[in-house]
Amino acid sequence: MNRALLFIPLVIFALMGVVFWIGLGIEDKTSLPSPLINKPFPDFELGVVEDGRTLTTADLKGQPALVNVWATWCPTCKAEHAFLNTLAAQGVRIIGINYKDDLAKAKDWLAAYGNPYAYNLSDPDGMLGLELGVYGAPETFLIDADGIIRAKHIGDLNPRVWSTLGQTFEALK
Amino acid sequence: MSINPLFWPELGQLALILSLVMAALQVVIPLVGVQRGQWWLMGYARPLAVGQALFLVISLLMLTWGFLQDDFSVAYVAANSNSQLPTPYKISAVWGAHEGSLLLWVTMLGLWGVAVALLSRSLPLDMVARVLSIMGMISVGFILFTIETSNPFERLLPSPPQDGGDLNPLLQDFGLIVHPPTLYMGYVGLSVAFAFALAALMSGRLDAAWARWSRPWTTAAWIFLTIGIALGSWWAYYELGWGGWWFWDPVENASLMPWLVATALLHSLAVTEKRGLFKSWTVLLAIFAFSLSLLGTFLVRSGVLTSVHAFASDPERGVFILALLGICVGGSLLLYALKAPTVASVGRYELVSRETFLLLNNLVLMVMALAVLTGTLYPLVYDFMGLGKLSVGAAWFNAMFVPLTVALSVLMGIGAMVRWKSDKWSRMATILWIAGITAVVFALGVSLVLSGTVKGGVLLGLAVSAWLIVATLADVWKKSRGQIGRISGLGWSYLGMVLAHVGVGITIIGVTMVANYSIEKSVRIAPGQVETLGDYQFEFVQAGTIEGPNYTSQATRFNLLKDGRVIEVLTAEKRRYHARNSIMTEAAIDASLWRDIYVSMGEPLAGGAWAMRLQVKPFMRWVWLGAIFMSLGGLLAVLDKRYRKQRHSEAKTAAKAQGAAS
Amino acid sequence: MHPQRKQRLNLILFLVAAVAIAVGLAMYSLSQNINLFQTPTQIAAGEVAPGVTIRAGGLVVDGSVERDTEGLGVTFRVTDGQAQVPMVYEGILPDLFREGQGIVALGQLNHDGVFVASEVLAKHDENYMPPEVQEALEKAHQDGKASMVEAAGATNG
Repeated sequence: MNRALLFIPLVIFALMGVVFWIGLGIEDKTSLPSPLINKPFPDFELGVVEDGRTLTTADLKGQPALVNVWATWCPTCKAEHAFLNTLAAQGVRIIGINYKDDLAKAKDWLAAYGNPYAYNLSDPDGMLGLELGVYGAPETFLIDADGIIRAKHIGDLNPRVWSTLGQTFEALK
Repeated sequence: MSINPLFWPELGQLALILSLVMAALQVVIPLVGVQRGQWWLMGYARPLAVGQALFLVISLLMLTWGFLQDDFSVAYVAANSNSQLPTPYKISAVWGAHEGSLLLWVTMLGLWGVAVALLSRSLPLDMVARVLSIMGMISVGFILFTIETSNPFERLLPSPPQDGGDLNPLLQDFGLIVHPPTLYMGYVGLSVAFAFALAALMSGRLDAAWARWSRPWTTAAWIFLTIGIALGSWWAYYELGWGGWWFWDPVENASLMPWLVATALLHSLAVTEKRGLFKSWTVLLAIFAFSLSLLGTFLVRSGVLTSVHAFASDPERGVFILALLGICVGGSLLLYALKAPTVASVGRYELVSRETFLLLNNLVLMVMALAVLTGTLYPLVYDFMGLGKLSVGAAWFNAMFVPLTVALSVLMGIGAMVRWKSDKWSRMATILWIAGITAVVFALGVSLVLSGTVKGGVLLGLAVSAWLIVATLADVWKKSRGQIGRISGLGWSYLGMVLAHVGVGITIIGVTMVANYSIEKSVRIAPGQVETLGDYQFEFVQAGTIEGPNYTSQATRFNLLKDGRVIEVLTAEKRRYHARNSIMTEAAIDASLWRDIYVSMGEPLAGGAWAMRLQVKPFMRWVWLGAIFMSLGGLLAVLDKRYRKQRHSEAKTAAKAQGAAS
Repeated sequence: MHPQRKQRLNLILFLVAAVAIAVGLAMYSLSQNINLFQTPTQIAAGEVAPGVTIRAGGLVVDGSVERDTEGLGVTFRVTDGQAQVPMVYEGILPDLFREGQGIVALGQLNHDGVFVASEVLAKHDENYMPPEVQEALEKAHQDGKASMVEAAGATNG
């Protein structure tokens, strides 16, 4: 039998490998380019979960911060929460958007699992979320001191993600 | 002095790193020994394999300890456990998500290595050295993958959460405790046949002896895969709440493909062992089987395909696994291309011979595997070409699978009794005629009795399975000359085959009946009302709530009646698990050999009524019963005397050779 | 011809024939059994013919879910942020079906522009967004933003 024939499986596998490689690139959902990068944070006027006062976009400015979209109905947010506590303990400023959620449930949740947020904006009908192009929770935006969106991360924050995202955050300071 | 509890996960991490070191040594030292012909270096293979496994087991135990101690400073524990989680699930949560399940995978690979190390006394040392070295290479790749991208010991310090995110409720169940470990044992077990194949290629010693060594290991892995797949199907059936038991989901397909190829491999090895034929092909099959295991791992963990139970997608992991896949599969296929024999084995066989039938068996199984692979990858390729997003429905898989299964069953009936090298139809004619006629009568009879009509699919399924079972059992009868006492003397290998083939027939009957005669009704029903389905009545007795350890459920209680008598009380639930606020449907099932009654809850409707789904599924248990028969058959085959006898005499020969060489 | 060679030739011919049949069966079945996903925007634009089985989906529009008072029929609308598609389904909806949730349904568009679903697919956890729906939302969002920017540009002159 011709030796060359024996190379056929290898060639077919190589082709499959190429397909998978490209498939991986396509499916890299966490790095969807957001149309909002380098644009100002959308205008809003929303109540705060913790004490009910009203805040606007102007209140976001002054310091770089993480803006974290979360909800009590979202299990991945729960998993990410522990890490957010760690970040807050390290001095990272985190502002929360409680997305499409129930105010009472949100308060209970924060009381039970800890509150790493400077404050939480209440967005029960998801209007701010829609403005931000949010598809689901959790999502986190990085904003600089002038309130410009510099990065968006879809999915939970964890040590591995933070190793790159954290550097971007440091650079904003 | 008390040990700081923070220390245990670090010990686990350390053990994992040490296992990597052991694995690396296991790769290098024996191989150097083989190259230089130095027996004492080759001798290190066994202890290194044991050492690697030891550290992996320690690592796994440390992770388990973290769960049992509610150590939420470990990120993986925090994400998958909860203080209220019942203890058995705290243990099974260890393999409930990606990182932990990978650690389990890698630990099992280590344990298979130990098994090879301990049960290979009859093998020449240089073969053992090569085999363990290759298994070590796979270990190095996967342990590295675990440490680098999926470390279960990552910590959440300095402020660990108060409590954990709880195990996904879908997984809080007996099925999860057993299904993944069993399946992984199968996937990983195929690495042994793979390693044997590569060792044979490397040494140039591709002979009947190699096939004889590989066979029991392949059978063992196959048994685990069979049970694992059956468990997965059974689990999906009662846990997912709508009575389906196979969805042609990518993760399911990922387990079916290696199973199909492993089955082909089992049969091909038989030919290579008995007749020295198909050597090159068998080696290629061994490579394919394990490659499909790895491919399955890639598909499920990289996010390339999304599915109901794919792990969290992560492109970084995907790249790593793809690289692993490339090295393992690409490397082995390259080795095959370079070193497989091109000289055809000498050995003729007639058209009517076992060789031919086993060749056909391989052909049909490979086409089945290819069909499943195509259906699973087609959406990906389609998307990659920018043509859009499509899905390949279950209908396509069934359209492919059914005719192929029919062909396979027909062949099996004959193949198991046909002689090696040359046989005549006239010799087998009596049995084949009996089987054929019985099959047709059986199929027509059952069809008419059960439904009064004749459906093509039912006829085909019943006829083909009856053919298979009758032909197989008739051959047993013939061989034992009608005396039951003689049956056990026929050899466990043969009896194992009989059992396994009968098992296939049983599964086909189950599938045929369930697919064609299931009845289902979605109804709106309020307490006090009665619904009728087939011969059964469902009386909605009451609705209420039940408090569980980590959930609250709304429950509905039904009386199941047949012929006016209450035969069972069924309680279906809709559970809300507190930690994740997620909802699970727990179906109420009344199972028996002849039918399953399946009741599951939909949503609450106005006026205290509920939307309920009621199902009667005839012969549902036969689907999995067949798998049990198949596994038992495999077990019998593995325990055949010849492996024990031969090992003893081979051990003597090997020892002599070693003595002469050193 | 040498008998062994003839045997081998027969074998190869048989294999090729068998594989060709299998491939033929596969391709034919494939053409009958694959389901393309269409976004609400595409459906609203009339790109989908009635009576063809497709998959369609999007986010369930808040407040659009209505259950029949008798029986198990339900109507609702799905959106990709730009267009909406009315859907009707008879049967039990999956647990995770909820307003604001991304779902995919299998079925056909009828002549009134209503999607009659034979299956509603949602076998996953709360956080999962079917990739088709996500892509549709993203595309609609980008298209939407683009047209808004254009409009803004036009008014600003």
